[in-house]
Amino acid sequence: MIPGIYIHIPFCLSKCGYCDFYSVTEAGKIPLFTTSLIREMEMYRGVFDRFDTIYLGGGTPSLLGADQTGQLLDALHRTFLFFDDTEVTIEANPGDLSPEMASSLYTAGIGRISIGVQSFDDGTLALLGRRHSATEAITAIENARRAGFGNVGLDLIYGVPGQNIRSWLETIHTALSFAPEHLSCYQLTLEPSTPLGLRYRSGEIVPPDDALLCEFFMKTSETLEAAGYVHYEVSNFARGDEWMSRHNRKYWDHTPYLGLGPAAHSFSGNRRWWNHRCLDRYIEEVGRKVSPIGGSEMLTGEQLRLESLYLGLRTKRGVDLDEFAHRYGCDLLHEKGELLRTMQREDLITITGNHLRPTRAGLLLSDSLPLL
Amino acid sequence: MKSIRNFSIIAHIDHGKSTLADRMIQHSGVVDARNFKNQILDNMDIERERGITIKSQAITLPYRSKDGKDYTLNLIDTPGHVDFSYEVSRSLASCEGVLLLIDAAQGVQAQTVANLYMAMEHDLEIIPVINKIDLPAANVERVMEQIDSELGLDPYTSLACSAKEGTGVEEIMEAIVQRIPPPKGNPEAELATTIFDAQYDAFRGTIIHCRVFEGTVRSGDIIRLMHEGTTHKVEEVGHFLLPRQKDESLSAGDVGYIIAGIKTVSDVQIGDTITSDRRPCAKPLPGFKESKPVVFASIYPIASDDYEELAVALEKYKLNDASFVYQKDSSAALGQGFRCGFLGLLHLEIVQERLEREYDLSIILSVPSVRYRFTLNDGREVYIDNPAHYPDSMSIMKSEEPYIRAAMMFPERHMGAVMKLCKEKRGENSSLSYPSPGRIELVIEMPLADVIYDFYDRLKSATQGYGSFDYDIIDYRESKLALLEILVNGDRVDALSQIVFKGNARERGLRACERLKEEIPRQMFKIAIQGAIGGEIVSRATISAYRKDVTAKCYGGDITRKRKLLEKQKQGKKRMKMVGSVAIPQSAFVAILKSDNT
Ligand SMILES: Nc1nc2c(ncn2[C@@H]2O[C@H](COP(=O)(O)OP(=O)(O)OP(=O)(O)O)[C@@H](O)[C@H]2O)c(=O)[nH]1
Ligand code: SF4
Ligand SMILES: [Mg+2]
Repeated sequence: MIPGIYIHIPFCLSKCGYCDFYSVTEAGKIPLFTTSLIREMEMYRGVFDRFDTIYLGGGTPSLLGADQTGQLLDALHRTFLFFDDTEVTIEANPGDLSPEMASSLYTAGIGRISIGVQSFDDGTLALLGRRHSATEAITAIENARRAGFGNVGLDLIYGVPGQNIRSWLETIHTALSFAPEHLSCYQLTLEPSTPLGLRYRSGEIVPPDDALLCEFFMKTSETLEAAGYVHYEVSNFARGDEWMSRHNRKYWDHTPYLGLGPAAHSFSGNRRWWNHRCLDRYIEEVGRKVSPIGGSEMLTGEQLRLESLYLGLRTKRGVDLDEFAHRYGCDLLHEKGELLRTMQREDLITITGNHLRPTRAGLLLSDSLPLL
Repeated sequence: MKSIRNFSIIAHIDHGKSTLADRMIQHSGVVDARNFKNQILDNMDIERERGITIKSQAITLPYRSKDGKDYTLNLIDTPGHVDFSYEVSRSLASCEGVLLLIDAAQGVQAQTVANLYMAMEHDLEIIPVINKIDLPAANVERVMEQIDSELGLDPYTSLACSAKEGTGVEEIMEAIVQRIPPPKGNPEAELATTIFDAQYDAFRGTIIHCRVFEGTVRSGDIIRLMHEGTTHKVEEVGHFLLPRQKDESLSAGDVGYIIAGIKTVSDVQIGDTITSDRRPCAKPLPGFKESKPVVFASIYPIASDDYEELAVALEKYKLNDASFVYQKDSSAALGQGFRCGFLGLLHLEIVQERLEREYDLSIILSVPSVRYRFTLNDGREVYIDNPAHYPDSMSIMKSEEPYIRAAMMFPERHMGAVMKLCKEKRGENSSLSYPSPGRIELVIEMPLADVIYDFYDRLKSATQGYGSFDYDIIDYRESKLALLEILVNGDRVDALSQIVFKGNARERGLRACERLKEEIPRQMFKIAIQGAIGGEIVSRATISAYRKDVTAKCYGGDITRKRKLLEKQKQGKKRMKMVGSVAIPQSAFVAILKSDNT
């Protein structure tokens, strides 16, 4: 259980219409924020063991610029211990990935880049409220490759109002033409508080119906698996096991992680805590050497059990029944045998040896499976 | 004794009995303003939440009349709902008079008439009180006409008040003193006391509520329960103040309580006569009509591990609700449980809610049923209230079901709709009267089973809320019956079975499937629901599976939120019973009895 570090960079040039991540558009506060982050790192000195992942997420981490990113990484290395092969990821928006920027990020020691392409269709990009065009996305990918990135991930979104299967498959095929090591394909979630969510509620935009969304999901999975990708989590695909996101997998099996920056979540042992979702408060509190923690919870055995089941059932790895019984004192095969058999018959799960795994159709029901 | 007045407040449901009691309590000053709350006599949580009275409550109020004399008023607030009318009849047995409340906007309703008759049977002084005169829709004149034509009382003896605002309360209290006769009886005579209620108190055991007709009872006396034949030593007597107030003695004319070290409420019988062991009275006072359960259903714990807990809860619950009866039962689909008898569907709902709330249990009730009578080929007569015990159809010579006589009152313009409904409910031998212009009283005989099956809701909608209804059970009548069984994904769910009138069986089967289809939530796989009569499938419905339920993103910040959602869903699922791999919600078992036009 080697821990990972997540850093939340809460800045964006503008807000995309569907986004409910915590981010602000006041880029002027970046320097103050970077100083604060470095102070917050201090608060955790000596608390965690050696890390093997760093993930710069956001917001738009690529807004920091090469210098500040370098500063952050240096500070991390001064404060914490890392394994040599630490996976360092940055999320980048296509508009920011000039050849220079890409090179300096790579030189700063970042080996993995996840590019927020979302779509190769300009109409879809416009509806989503993204700042970039399809052409810019392509240029960004090329720049990353040229800069030396051997581990490129692309983020894509489907189920967008007006989108049909054919146009989505075109986006997928364009993505595949770059042979990315990693693909995240997210179904668009219309969060109620976002501009897109409001337009949906008012009836102005109509997302594809459930039957079509099922088809999107199944087609995505079939197409990418046929192209040699592993569908290793509901929305994540890797071009082979070695390209799965080491960092993100920590979220799904109760590995400890330290989250720094406003709204970042941390987990260790059976405790989860999170920082205030407010940049100003974060800067102010850290400035006073006060912990910016906004809340925390101690998970009971029952809660750990539920999380482990539902998170496990979102992944190809599934749930190891022996280990589950051992850790949580619950023999699923014994207690839920009849239901499991029904689900097996309905082709939602497979049970091989002592392993319970969701099938492709099962992944599509992964919010219901853990209710068994 | 000349200064005592014993009376009940009776009325149709919601006409304001408990509210008027509040005003009289406040007027007498027995509760200080700080401790006062509305409908103060409705002290059970469930009464307060639903805003209805379930149990009669007695309270003693001091009153100084206009002529300067001091009186003791023993007031009993009664429930209005038809399920609890036996509570009213018991209360009346301890009174010399009643306040018959009539809502000034709604006018005379079915229970107004039913309660009036009860008061007349007990030969009580009746003071009609028109309440809610503050309402914009109040029509005092019209109600006075109804008092004359529909109740046959002199409208000029009626008083008007607003229990809500407190107007007219003084006049009512004065009328109680002037018009209701003081109790008769001799404090020196042999003790004769009627038990009209009994409540369980964890510290004192049974608290007997009683009315003394003759003689005097003091603490230390040895009393005898005449029917039960047991003797007890009196520990304490007193009056119903808020809270109880201990006194030296209770004498002829008094309403009060006796504590005599009696452990459980089942050891005393409501209606029994208490006398002195040393100097008994010659014969017991007239008893009450026994309250008989008319609706039956089985109760099962949702988690079978909770069976023992349920058993304990029922035993405790029963201590305070003598009209509730139960015995062991078991179901192939739902496991160990209890077969229970109730006074009606409201009573059933209340028992269910109190068990869940006061004992923190999650329970399932099987489909409610009435009690049928079968004569078998060998001449034996059996009563069956549980579909699981339905006799082999080849062995049945004759089948009968209970009938009621229903009395309904409603505006004439709804005649067509009501008659149509009654016909659908197999009503027969109807008679009509026009108690006052534009109003109809319909008396009709119907099978009880069809009345518990959504009749009341349907009557309300057929009369746009203006219809009221009262009933008495009359007798058993021959009827062709059938057993309707329900299969869920091929498994027979015995708790969903119903005994039905053969003529309606198919249609009931269809409706049951439809209702279940609405009640059982979609699941990850298809669910087939079938209705069967004598092994033949007569109806079916399919609940299609849902294919998609997935959150796209689940990273650090999403995990807690998502878990909380699942916890909530799991909590919801705890209220469902697993039958095979299908989760059936509690509501499905009662919903089967409701039709879709409600
Ligand atoms: N406007 C108005 N509302 C009243 C008056 N008296 C009672 N109410 C309202 O009528 C409703 C029923 O009052 P209750 O006193 O609970 O009636 P009840 O007759 O005791 O009802 P049950 O015990 O269920 O039969 C409540 O909402 C009261 O606030 C009145 O004089 N005027
Ligand atoms: S760039 Fe990313 S974080 Fe920023 S608003 Fe758009 S979707 Fe949200
Ligand atoms: Mg009341």
